[in-house]
Amino acid sequence: MLTVLFDGIASGALLFLLALGLSITLGIMNFVNLAHGAFAMSGGYVAVVLLNRWGVPFLYCLPVAFVVPALAGVVLERTLYVRLYNANPLDQVLFTIGIVFASMATASYFMGSQHQIIQVPPFLHGQFHVLAGFDIGIYRLFLLGLCGLIALFLHLVLMRTRFGSQLRAAVDNGRIARGLGINVNRLFAITFGMGSGLAGLGGALGIEILNLDPVFPVKFLVYFLIVVAVGGTGTVSGPLAAALILGIFDVAGKYYISQIGAFIIYAVMIVVLIWRPQGLFGRRAVH
Amino acid sequence: MMDRLSFRLVVAALALGVLMSTGAYAQQPLKIGLILPMTGPFASTGRQVTAAVKLYIAEHGDVVAGRKIEVLLRDDTNAPETTKRFAQELVTNDHAEILTGFGLTPLAFAAAPIATAAKVPMIVMSAGTLVIPEKSPYILRTSFTLPQQSAPIAAWATKHGINKVFTLVTDYAPGIDAETTFNNVFKANGGQIVGEARVPAQNPDYAPFIQRAKDAKPDALFVFVPSGEGAAVMKQFAERGLAKAGIKLIGPGDVTDDDILDSMGDAAIGTITSHFYSAAHPSAENKAYVAAIEKANPGMRPNFMSVGGWDGMELIYEVLKKTNGSTDGDKFIAAAKGLSWVSPRGKVTIDPRTRDIIQDVYMREVKRVSGHLYNVEFDQVASVAPDGK
Repeated sequence: MLTVLFDGIASGALLFLLALGLSITLGIMNFVNLAHGAFAMSGGYVAVVLLNRWGVPFLYCLPVAFVVPALAGVVLERTLYVRLYNANPLDQVLFTIGIVFASMATASYFMGSQHQIIQVPPFLHGQFHVLAGFDIGIYRLFLLGLCGLIALFLHLVLMRTRFGSQLRAAVDNGRIARGLGINVNRLFAITFGMGSGLAGLGGALGIEILNLDPVFPVKFLVYFLIVVAVGGTGTVSGPLAAALILGIFDVAGKYYISQIGAFIIYAVMIVVLIWRPQGLFGRRAVH
Repeated sequence: MMDRLSFRLVVAALALGVLMSTGAYAQQPLKIGLILPMTGPFASTGRQVTAAVKLYIAEHGDVVAGRKIEVLLRDDTNAPETTKRFAQELVTNDHAEILTGFGLTPLAFAAAPIATAAKVPMIVMSAGTLVIPEKSPYILRTSFTLPQQSAPIAAWATKHGINKVFTLVTDYAPGIDAETTFNNVFKANGGQIVGEARVPAQNPDYAPFIQRAKDAKPDALFVFVPSGEGAAVMKQFAERGLAKAGIKLIGPGDVTDDDILDSMGDAAIGTITSHFYSAAHPSAENKAYVAAIEKANPGMRPNFMSVGGWDGMELIYEVLKKTNGSTDGDKFIAAAKGLSWVSPRGKVTIDPRTRDIIQDVYMREVKRVSGHLYNVEFDQVASVAPDGK
């Protein structure tokens, strides 16, 4: 029972890391970035290449799996995304889905379409026994700790720093923020890069738990969108709560009622959205 | 948004199909339509089978009974409707005289009506559900069936102190086949099933199911997952400490697929499976086979899908020799019935009654042999019928 709960929380934490960037771009920049999963996937493949081909230790792979997608995010944002900020959502969707297909084809061309297998270091292997019926997987504990730290850090950045307040100001009213001398373009590029980097980190951490293959961006897009829809956009706590709920119900559903386990999350989403259409912590539209 | 996504996927797939189906006009050679998942999660099956087919043609020449063999490869991306469309196009537009490949059961099911309608021999090289040959009188199979592979491990288990088993299978036809056969044989021998789980075929996450298996405290966990999925199961099996809790991992050999076995790590050691092919099978034919595949495809170790492709070609060549190059559906099938030959896996026979394959099934244990993980055979059950009896 407790093991199931713990596994649920851990998978929720991973989902949070993966989906947070989407929530940020959608909520803060009002951009429908369906290619978000492509950045997550690229982080995963960066880790696979470093680990399996070049023998870099797992823990050193993680920062690189953050940095590479983050840089890719900034470059794409500056060159391509920026042209579509004022486009209508349909154009944004078509554009980002195009990126998804391109990324999937690229991944299967260079890496093959099989699942990637990695070996995490021995100290992250195994479980330790806490109580009768409660075993904690070390890797999942590590995941949970890391995601917790990141969530806390982001929350503080957003709420307590100058960067955070500039960002919130730019979102609330971009024109006035520009008028006050805030470099909104730079802010958005950095935010986009951060979101992509976090997804990449999530992709790398998720190889052990989710299956990494070239259809990753499409396979998990539904999960990301559910997190954003349920959690509401523009905050850190909303997606966090949504991802945890989703993770717990998903794992528990598969454990207790495996026949319909895969559908539970959709039921949860429907119930939450009927109860709170704007998402758990979402702000009502103020435009 | 999802509607639009799936719409665009369909458009992309169509465009790809149109692109791939153009070309090829001359009618002279004997065209064999080879339909396999070359991309997507089951691409390893496509890679393995095509490597075997190429090797077979390289070793035996591309002319048989006076006819030049030409293989037309199509990638169905593991989508049954695509398999069906390619089968149709190959027969009607490209005038393919034989259809073969078929990586997974749903893909074989999808193509069967085409074989029946066109009276074209359809040789299943990979898919493993028992009922496949019943779907068309023109189907022959050179792979295996899951009842055939699952019955021996059930009989072995009860003789080796395994009395309580939790079964975990992928929720589609072969998984149900494996589960049913294992349960029947295991219970008939006095075993007890303490729990069953069927994992969805899409997006599988094995963690909750393996945790449930652990909590049920069985003597062994019986697993069937399609070729290529074994590593994910093995990971959770290791992480959740089932081996330490005294739970053995058993099953048909799909879970310890030679294609990925070596990358599973030490967690796989000790897994007991019953299966028809191991790259470590100690015969002269197999040693030559493994070496030739490795030579032509550096780094590749042939798995059971590979040998299914190899024997599919062997069957086609041998039948064509008997029919003097005719591919007339009824003649071809009649000539194939009862055909027998020695394959890298051992002796195989096409069952005249079911058009399915009769073969030896081996008991194997995963061991480290000169630094690499292999399924090492330690016992065998001779000439197992397709239904496992």
